[in-house]
Amino acid sequence: MSRASTILETTNVSFAWKGQPDLRFPDIRLLRGQSLFVHGPSGCGKSTALGLLAGVLLPKAGTIRIAEKLLPASQPGRDRMRADGVGYIFQQFNLLPYLSVADNVKLPCRLSRRRRDAAMQAGSLNDEVDRLLAALGLEPDTMRGRVVSQLSVGQQQRVAAARALIGSPTLLLADEPTSALDADARDAFIQLLQGECAMRGISTVFVSHDLSLARHFDDAVRLGS
Amino acid sequence: MNPRALVSLALRSLWHRRTSALLTVLTLGLSVGLVLSVHRLGRDARSSFASTVSGTDLLVGARSGPVNLLLYAVFHVGDATNNVSWKSYQDVASSPEVAWTVPISLGDSHRGFRVVGTTAGFFDHLRFGDHEAMRLASGHAFTDVYDAVLGARVARALGYKVGTSLVLTHGTGVMATQQHADKPFVVTGILAPTGTPFDDSVFVGLDGIEAIHVDWQSGMRLPGQSVSAEEARHADLTPKTITAFFVGLNSRLSAFSFQRAINEYPDEALLAVLPGVALQQLWSIVGVAEQAIRAIGYLVVAIGLCGLVTTLLSMLNERRREMAVLRAVGASPATVFALMVAEALLVGMASCVLGLVLLYGAIALAGPWLAQAAGLRLALAPPDAAEWALLGLVLASAFVAGCVPALVAYRRTLADGLQARL
Repeated sequence: MSRASTILETTNVSFAWKGQPDLRFPDIRLLRGQSLFVHGPSGCGKSTALGLLAGVLLPKAGTIRIAEKLLPASQPGRDRMRADGVGYIFQQFNLLPYLSVADNVKLPCRLSRRRRDAAMQAGSLNDEVDRLLAALGLEPDTMRGRVVSQLSVGQQQRVAAARALIGSPTLLLADEPTSALDADARDAFIQLLQGECAMRGISTVFVSHDLSLARHFDDAVRLGS
Repeated sequence: MNPRALVSLALRSLWHRRTSALLTVLTLGLSVGLVLSVHRLGRDARSSFASTVSGTDLLVGARSGPVNLLLYAVFHVGDATNNVSWKSYQDVASSPEVAWTVPISLGDSHRGFRVVGTTAGFFDHLRFGDHEAMRLASGHAFTDVYDAVLGARVARALGYKVGTSLVLTHGTGVMATQQHADKPFVVTGILAPTGTPFDDSVFVGLDGIEAIHVDWQSGMRLPGQSVSAEEARHADLTPKTITAFFVGLNSRLSAFSFQRAINEYPDEALLAVLPGVALQQLWSIVGVAEQAIRAIGYLVVAIGLCGLVTTLLSMLNERRREMAVLRAVGASPATVFALMVAEALLVGMASCVLGLVLLYGAIALAGPWLAQAAGLRLALAPPDAAEWALLGLVLASAFVAGCVPALVAYRRTLADGLQARL
């Protein structure tokens, strides 16, 4: 894959929740390793946009291509695409309460052989988990076996980021991942995330209502009129 | 997601919710244990009942109905309508097909317990349960005219020991008031428990029954005549009639033809029944109660399964977030569905295991007591086909029960996208 290959491309995408007016989305083109900041007021369809890109929702019209391939028409196909190629971070409550920190991070590797193989390129799965935790500013030895309910919100978001990055997906989708963090933690989090994505050549779509974060990203697009 | 990862995820999810999960397992497991125990109790009671008389090929009495004959001759319920003449008995007993016969003569009692006049052959030939022989717990069988052998429960209820003297009462039931006080008997032996009606019987020799009735006629003491116990010994103590007799044949193969021959006996209206067949007929009447208890057991399991559905459904709301996370990392709606069903199945399996533990625990704890009190032997055997089928049914029901919340979760994951509405 060349350095400038297109990772994400949407054209004329629109969507409608049951009984509500159509949401129209601007066209997006994202190259490998690039990051895009998506902003807009509440209710403009930011989360819906991510649902569409993740292949969980189906657009009413328009096309979405990921790594130059159309999103599969079948639900299982889109689920496979997401498991293999997309990392996702929610605003909050990212982790399964019944799994340890390490098991939460490994979760995508349970669902995708591709992610598992990629994560194990440099050694064992546990090594990769430790490496990611460390890269995101968490001490692996004390964090690995922790129960997730004992973590602070900031720690939870970092664990969620480690999970989204494990096995190097092509695309990272982040839905206001910093809105529960204070200003200092916010910038630190984004910098760690961006650093790791750049190193791995992962493209990022980062959604937030907070325009002040736009400076961390290569490009920005506004949703809603 | 591969099945192993799915099961491990389901296990951890259940462990996370262990309080409600354990309560559900407890509810369902108790009900499974109940149904298994009822089934086991019914099955073993039936087989114990069906083998009340074993090792006997035919039971012969005056012509009435098979169940009727069985009831008065074996279970000592009701009375014979007619007796069998000694001549007919001798006739049948001397047939070449016959290996042994044991006559019984009923009609007297002792403090509410039936007296069975018979021969010492009773203890040698009659079998119960799994062809177990009668065994004397103490003393020996009767040899003298006025000797008596007690069934286990008689001895226990009345506190009699070998050497205790007892007086027989003429007739049975509450109307029996006339005592054979002039001819007392002495206990010479006490039988080990058998779990059959014979535990409630007092056994004396046929000659003993004759002896106490030498000065009687038509159920009344002859006025003015009195024969002492010693004098009675010298009278002719061959009975004129008996109530019924058990027959052992040289070859079981001849049972049907010999049964027909007795039923067509020209000189007297006789009835021969195969004890096993008649016992099964009787069970089909008695077994209704067992069926009712079993039905209640199934209802309890159904309630347990409703509890499972309720628990899983009530967990569903707090789990919407979890579903969204799973979807985000690439789980298909089918995986979410499978996870929910796997949890229900694991609860079902744990309940089945708990049910089995309860069953065998109950047998181990209550078994010896049941054998003592009711003569009912519960087998500590592995589950039989019907019990496996029952456990399978519970698992299948748990699967179906798990499909309800799984379907709700499945539909939600499709409708919600990644926005878990809280």
